[in-house]
Amino acid sequence: MNELVCKCGHVNKEGSELCLQCGRTLTEQAEQRKTSDVMRYEGMARRSQTYKRSVIDRIWNFFSSVKVGVWLIVITLVASAIGTIFPQELFIPRNIDPAAYYEDRYGLAGKIYYVLGFHNLYGSWWYMLLIAAIGTSIIIASLDRGVPLYKALKNQRVERHGSFLKRQRIYSEYVTDRPVEKLEEIGAGLEKKKYKIRKENNHLLAEKGRFSRWGPYVNHTGLIIFLIGAMLRFVPGMYVDEQLWIREGETLNIPGTDQQYFLENKGFTLETYNEGQDSDVFDATLQRVGPVAKNFQTDAVLYKREEGDIAGSANREMEPLFEQPIQVNIPLKFDGFALYQTDYIENEFHTMSFTLENKETEESFGQFTVDLFNPEQDGLYDLGNGYQVEMMGLYPDFSGFEDGEPQSASPLPNNPAFLFKMITPDKPDGEVAFIGIQQNLEPLGENEYALSFSGLETRDVSGLTVRKDLTLWILALGGAIFMIGVVQGAYWNHRRVWLKAGEDGKLYVAGHTNKNWFGLKKDLSASFEGTDLAIPEDHQELKDSKGTAKEEQERGTTGQHQ
Amino acid sequence: MAQLASISSTLLYTAFVLYLIATVFFAGSIKSKKHTNQIGKNRWATIGITITIIGFAAQLGYFITRWIAAGHAPLSNLFEFITFFAMMLVLSFIIIYFMYRLHILGVFALPIALLIIAYSSMFPRDVSPLIPALQSDWLFIHVSTVAAGEAILAISFVAGLIYLLKDVDLTKGGKQVFWLEAVLIGLMLVVGFIVSSISFSIAGAGAEFSYVNPEDQQVTAEYAMPALVVPNEGELLTEGAFATSLEMPAIVNAARLNTVIWSLLFGAGIYLLIRLITRKKLAGILQPLVRKANPDLLDEIGYRSVLIGFPVFTLGGLIFAMIWAQIAWTRFWGWDPKEVWALITFLFYAAFLHLRLSRGWEGNRSAWLAVIGFVIIMFNLVAVNLIIAGLHSYA
Amino acid sequence: MQNKKKKRLVMRISILAVLLAAVSYTIYSSVVGEERNLVKAGDQAPDFELTDLNGDVHRLSDYEGKGVFLNFWGTWCKPCEKEMPYMENQYQKFADQGVEIIAVNVGESQYKVSNFANKYNLTFPVVRDEHKDVMDAYSIGPLPTTLLISPEGEVTQVITGEMSEEMIASYMESIKPES
Repeated sequence: MNELVCKCGHVNKEGSELCLQCGRTLTEQAEQRKTSDVMRYEGMARRSQTYKRSVIDRIWNFFSSVKVGVWLIVITLVASAIGTIFPQELFIPRNIDPAAYYEDRYGLAGKIYYVLGFHNLYGSWWYMLLIAAIGTSIIIASLDRGVPLYKALKNQRVERHGSFLKRQRIYSEYVTDRPVEKLEEIGAGLEKKKYKIRKENNHLLAEKGRFSRWGPYVNHTGLIIFLIGAMLRFVPGMYVDEQLWIREGETLNIPGTDQQYFLENKGFTLETYNEGQDSDVFDATLQRVGPVAKNFQTDAVLYKREEGDIAGSANREMEPLFEQPIQVNIPLKFDGFALYQTDYIENEFHTMSFTLENKETEESFGQFTVDLFNPEQDGLYDLGNGYQVEMMGLYPDFSGFEDGEPQSASPLPNNPAFLFKMITPDKPDGEVAFIGIQQNLEPLGENEYALSFSGLETRDVSGLTVRKDLTLWILALGGAIFMIGVVQGAYWNHRRVWLKAGEDGKLYVAGHTNKNWFGLKKDLSASFEGTDLAIPEDHQELKDSKGTAKEEQERGTTGQHQ
Repeated sequence: MAQLASISSTLLYTAFVLYLIATVFFAGSIKSKKHTNQIGKNRWATIGITITIIGFAAQLGYFITRWIAAGHAPLSNLFEFITFFAMMLVLSFIIIYFMYRLHILGVFALPIALLIIAYSSMFPRDVSPLIPALQSDWLFIHVSTVAAGEAILAISFVAGLIYLLKDVDLTKGGKQVFWLEAVLIGLMLVVGFIVSSISFSIAGAGAEFSYVNPEDQQVTAEYAMPALVVPNEGELLTEGAFATSLEMPAIVNAARLNTVIWSLLFGAGIYLLIRLITRKKLAGILQPLVRKANPDLLDEIGYRSVLIGFPVFTLGGLIFAMIWAQIAWTRFWGWDPKEVWALITFLFYAAFLHLRLSRGWEGNRSAWLAVIGFVIIMFNLVAVNLIIAGLHSYA
Repeated sequence: MQNKKKKRLVMRISILAVLLAAVSYTIYSSVVGEERNLVKAGDQAPDFELTDLNGDVHRLSDYEGKGVFLNFWGTWCKPCEKEMPYMENQYQKFADQGVEIIAVNVGESQYKVSNFANKYNLTFPVVRDEHKDVMDAYSIGPLPTTLLISPEGEVTQVITGEMSEEMIASYMESIKPES
């Protein structure tokens, strides 16, 4: 390995730009580079740039590059944007074939979108790979830069070579009769500004806010923790996402809880805002847009099954734990789970009542009620005096006849229909009637008796989302560390001022900050107050104003600047 | 309560007028012969900032009275959010002003705030009740932090724009001149939207259509402007209203497209008129204002506001957003378009900081990035709500 | 020096390897997706206890030593309806050979289920999972789903969707206890 031996005798690692000991520039190349670039990592060798031998080194160097990192960010950014052009698959209606949906709705563009897989962009392997590449880049780039930077700042010397000082953006030489005294004075001024002062042989280093340099590494650590949390989502048991549809009055197992917990729905409420009842400031909106929802609420009771009970057991013991109204924004929480109010179906049919009548005389022979979810086991409804109705068939979601038999598309009472046999004293063999919503048939010939629909009870079905996410605390930790790191790096600045009382009787002052030069200059002007020295010059500004002057002269305007 | 709501509106109007007056004073401050550097103390600027602060106080009054009247933080629809964003922009400007005392910033930041307030008032301004999903303290915490973060980031756009007006050589032409003019035309289109909305609403040129939406339902569409394009199988319900027969496919929101077309027409008309009268590009008209601006300081301010704004935005737009989403929507992240665009904004400014910190992108490049960042923020603020439907479309 | 270089290489390889493993696992699990949650072949069948239409209680663990053909179904589900008579036929053959059928109806009323059972003259136990917790224990998705349980109580196969009579016969053959 090549080593770089500085004029001062210090041996520096290959790739170094500034001597760790005295700050002299080590190579011709470094001499040519901008000071701000050289100072970024204190002129230390970034190890990744020094070895390019094996494949592993090459991969390592690829991910170590900030340029690559920025490209990865930009590609992810563009990809994410593409994903919002059309709705993602999870936002389109579930009962439609996605292939047809995209083409029908968005034409050729939609078809291309679907064929390229953009309809499920954020879950695609290549999008995940992009995020993973960013993660890798964060880890490797931080290791490659953070470690040498830490070493350089820890081993910082007070004494710096004149060439190092002269390179800095803020730099002035002063001819003064008492350079050492002035150095002390300015040093005291900087100390008042909360700089840490170190002195060595008529050299002084004032430094403040070094910890802000660790900001990027801290926030990168936070991001990595966050990404690990996101990854753990895929470990079985860390994450539960289930839907529970529960009717008013029902008690059901809460899916995902290993049959440990049950929920009872004591009632569902849907409220809307009303003119007159709610504040009059809402009137205009309500008139413009119509009803606005005010509250969705399930009054729920949580039960826990006794330990050792097995699934399905009828004589299991369930211990009520607590009762809580579940509202949007107020989930019911237990044992790492949370139940959220996310959906509802209003007024689902629950029971239907019928009256038996003689068609001609319109005389009524009594009424009976069918519970659609729990009808009489034998289907018999006795009305007394020899009148009886036998339910021969119940079709909760009647969808038509097939081979003369009524069919039900689902167990849900969306369109209930019934096949009844009416047994009366004059027709002991019974008459058969098929009754559905807006549909009455007498399949076996004209009847003398008829059943008329006489009552309906409905209830609401509450849609709850069952969620457990054991990764949340990791994500929260990552997020918190990220925020700390970002604030640390963004709201503080690493400022340094080097002073040198030269043997030539001159005082040299140089200043550097990683950002916010305005703030550094403010600190300097405060500490230079009363020293009868002008504050050191900002060479970048000088360069700029020269440029402007030249420009203005070319244009023929008078140089009014400063 | 209705009375309080009307006091609130008056306060907002007052703030608007005050910002307008303050702009005039800031413009005066940079004309002043004595102040060649455009920083430090100056009587015009002192009056300007004083009026700005009074205006801000008035707008704060609007915000508080509306909060009391509504019973919830007025951040629940587009009008309220955009107005609040403008208020945060003014606040950011005041803070940055006291840090750097750069007068020219006021000449650009205040008009942009004015434009934003005018734009917001084109949306329904009624106090609306809160739907269940929004009934949470997180409404204020999340939305106000996002608005504050975006407003601080917008200051970097203002600084960047001034920097570019100063830096880009208009006499030479080229890409930069073209894009700079494009950005200014973009602002002009907002003016076009506002002017066309106001004119047509005064003229009562609105109309109603009945049409068939993509779900094959018969619904009605409200047009605020004369119909240049007609919705899918649209039938005019308003008698005597103007309508062409140019019918749009079902997935296009024809009413919005119609508004966009009119805004483009008005914006382009105003732009052409200005060019005809002044015989200059917009950038050319503005350039004399910035001749004395100090590019280093502008670059510094632009970078500084990104540094201040980025953590605030991340906190509000991602962290608080995730916490609330976990509570209200059961998951902290669901790839809703608004969420994705918040992520895009985050990624963009992350790239900005990496380019600046590690690759030394300063000055001109940094200013362009600030401009692009603002475009992304505006896209998320406006377009995502209006074009891409999602959970966040409350307006 | 050589030693140091070696150390560096080892370090880099291990970091990259860990990252690669983590990423591969994540992408693999996301592609495989939901299926992971289901009770699958090789798992011990979760025990349960359900009541049949005559009021008799059936507990899965009581059937140890017998093969159990566990069928989840609903009356409205056409494929379920179609395979019921096949199951009944095969039950007649295999019942003596130590294979039991348990048909679990998911969440329907006694009336509907017994009407159905009578219509097809089902002789094997038909039980009702009223609270849907057995369905949850087996993480049943679409109906019909059938699980083959060996005499040792291990799930040997999960079949989603309709079965032909031949399939049913061969499945029942596969869980016949050796004797």
